[in-house]
Amino acid sequence: MNAMMNQMTDAMTKAFSNKWLVLAVAIVVPMLLSNFGNSGLRALAMAILFVMLALGLNIVVGMAGLLDLGYIAFFALGAYTYALVASPHLIENFEWIAAMFPMGLHANLFLMLPVCALIAGIFGVLLGAPTLKLRGDYLAIVTLGFGEIIRIFMNNMNTPVNITNGPKGMTLIEPPGIGDWHFGMGLDLGFYTIQPLMLYYYLFLILTIVIVYVNYNLAQSRIGRAWVAIREDEIAAKAMGINTRNLKLLAFGMGASFGGVSGALFASLQGFISPESFTLNESIAILAMVVLGGIGHIPGVIFGAIMLAVLPEVLRHGVEPLQMKMFGKVLMDAEILRQLLYGLAMVLVMLYKPKGLWPKPQNEDTITQAPPVLAAGGAK
Amino acid sequence: MDIFLQQIVNGVVLGSVYALIALGYTMVYGILQLINFAHGDVLMVGALTGLMAIKALQSFVPDAPGWMMLMVALAAAIPTCVALNVTIERLAYRPLRNAPRLAPLITAIGLSIVIQTVAMIIFGRNPEQVPRLMPAEPFMFPVGEGEVLITATQVLIIAMAVALMAALVILVEKTKLGRAMRATAENPKVAGLMGVDSNRVIVATFAIGAALAAVAGVLVASNYGQAHYSMGFMPGLKAFIAAVLGGIGNIYGAMVGGLVLGLVESLGAGYIGDLTGEVLGSNYQDIFAFVVLIIVLVFKPSGIMGERVADRA
Repeated sequence: MNAMMNQMTDAMTKAFSNKWLVLAVAIVVPMLLSNFGNSGLRALAMAILFVMLALGLNIVVGMAGLLDLGYIAFFALGAYTYALVASPHLIENFEWIAAMFPMGLHANLFLMLPVCALIAGIFGVLLGAPTLKLRGDYLAIVTLGFGEIIRIFMNNMNTPVNITNGPKGMTLIEPPGIGDWHFGMGLDLGFYTIQPLMLYYYLFLILTIVIVYVNYNLAQSRIGRAWVAIREDEIAAKAMGINTRNLKLLAFGMGASFGGVSGALFASLQGFISPESFTLNESIAILAMVVLGGIGHIPGVIFGAIMLAVLPEVLRHGVEPLQMKMFGKVLMDAEILRQLLYGLAMVLVMLYKPKGLWPKPQNEDTITQAPPVLAAGGAK
Repeated sequence: MDIFLQQIVNGVVLGSVYALIALGYTMVYGILQLINFAHGDVLMVGALTGLMAIKALQSFVPDAPGWMMLMVALAAAIPTCVALNVTIERLAYRPLRNAPRLAPLITAIGLSIVIQTVAMIIFGRNPEQVPRLMPAEPFMFPVGEGEVLITATQVLIIAMAVALMAALVILVEKTKLGRAMRATAENPKVAGLMGVDSNRVIVATFAIGAALAAVAGVLVASNYGQAHYSMGFMPGLKAFIAAVLGGIGNIYGAMVGGLVLGLVESLGAGYIGDLTGEVLGSNYQDIFAFVVLIIVLVFKPSGIMGERVADRA
């Protein structure tokens, strides 16, 4: 059983380490899917968005070993930042803004991406500053609380001044574009017309490649090695002269800014956002992706994110009809099953394959066995 | 003045519930340094099994009195929760006792999701009505021009909380098991060398915490008149904050922290509108707990009564 798993992992590693092959598949798949309507394309675009989120969270959880349970909050910050400046909402609610921008607010997504990254990053550092000197599990609770606070604010900031439009959410968010042309129009290449959803997909793909590139270089840099040192033993890392506080803040800020970028992209893809999209369950879903694929291993995280992002579609189109056939009715709908599988995946992976389904091939940067003092758990 | 006193009463009731749940967190944390994330869901399971027991009772004895329903609910909820929590410990936490710190925390989160989802499959998405266990008419105490109301359920919650906490203090301070628990929390290795069976102590700790959560679950459900699959999440989180506030690992801290947090929340929700000129309303009630948490962690991470310093990596 185990040998088979290893063989499978090896074959997988070989196939997926050929980056040109992966890239070719990533480019061709949407063209094939586009023949079967939009739902497949949308799922694909969402999957790659989740890859970005999972890679961002991987910096925080995987590389620096800080458990962040409120990661979706940064996603929400990015989404709302872009939504505010690229929808008619502010114009409709504030006369002085309408007077300032008679043509309406039409911020360009590409210009807003760095802004969203910056805002989310600042919030990440602000949240990290008071808590990072504490133990990891406190951090988990504080970030969880932060995620809830952000959601509560988004949900309630429609009175007395309507900023976020409360539970109804923000609508009519503009698609990305350049000049008069925008994604909603598609791109006519003469011989082939790229549909709007495919444009989103390719945009996300390009950004993901950038993020992967940044991640790989980070992992191999001084910073990345310092993060690993902090993850494995913070006290020893400090003794080696690593500025643990600043590096942890950097990890937190960077992870958060990736979240902010994905949030802005999400808002432009959906055209509509509401606080419901940013619940704790989403934070946990992203964590499950990182855990399932292999904490700290970039290809593993990508693999985990795609698997769990595609899972709901598989459940909807595969398992629900299957249940209809077998029992004559849908016993468990896809949403419930998805939730159950996310939870089970986290428990089972941690118990039986703690390094994830696709772990790092060589583990030179991890201590495989905890030293006896730490293992005892309570020795002072 | 009457509003102030009313908020104090509500805060004490809320705080008693938080304290009951916080005890479960703090005892487990004291021994294993593990946040039992599924603890809030144990409370939910307690509330729902209690409700099932009440319904079963009502189908046999249609006009069962309130105390009988309460007894039946507790008799069903406590063993179920104890069994659940001990199973969780055995299956999900014990194999990971020597693993890196993140591992048990992640399984705990996963378990919490699994338990909630299974509860949703069994009991459905919608809240279930819980029959009234205590008379509805509140006791009224005239204060100045207004009056302060206390319902019988609220009195019951405070009384049960006080009784259970007194019992727990006796257990921890006076019995052999209590001494073993304290020794294991202090230093599990040395306690083991002195002949303490640490696995037995840990199981006992999880069982006691679960029993307290079960009682809290039944009380919360009867206080709000409803129970549903996600009802354990927020109280669980806030109880953990209460445990941190009081000084995690310290059972007296959990009691004090619970009460303080209950009062802060209730007074905060009552007065936030006035203080901020109606910009923020009582719908921001859930924020106070997290603000308290961040303040405690910044200024006094060891909590009100904590001896442990949070410096272990």
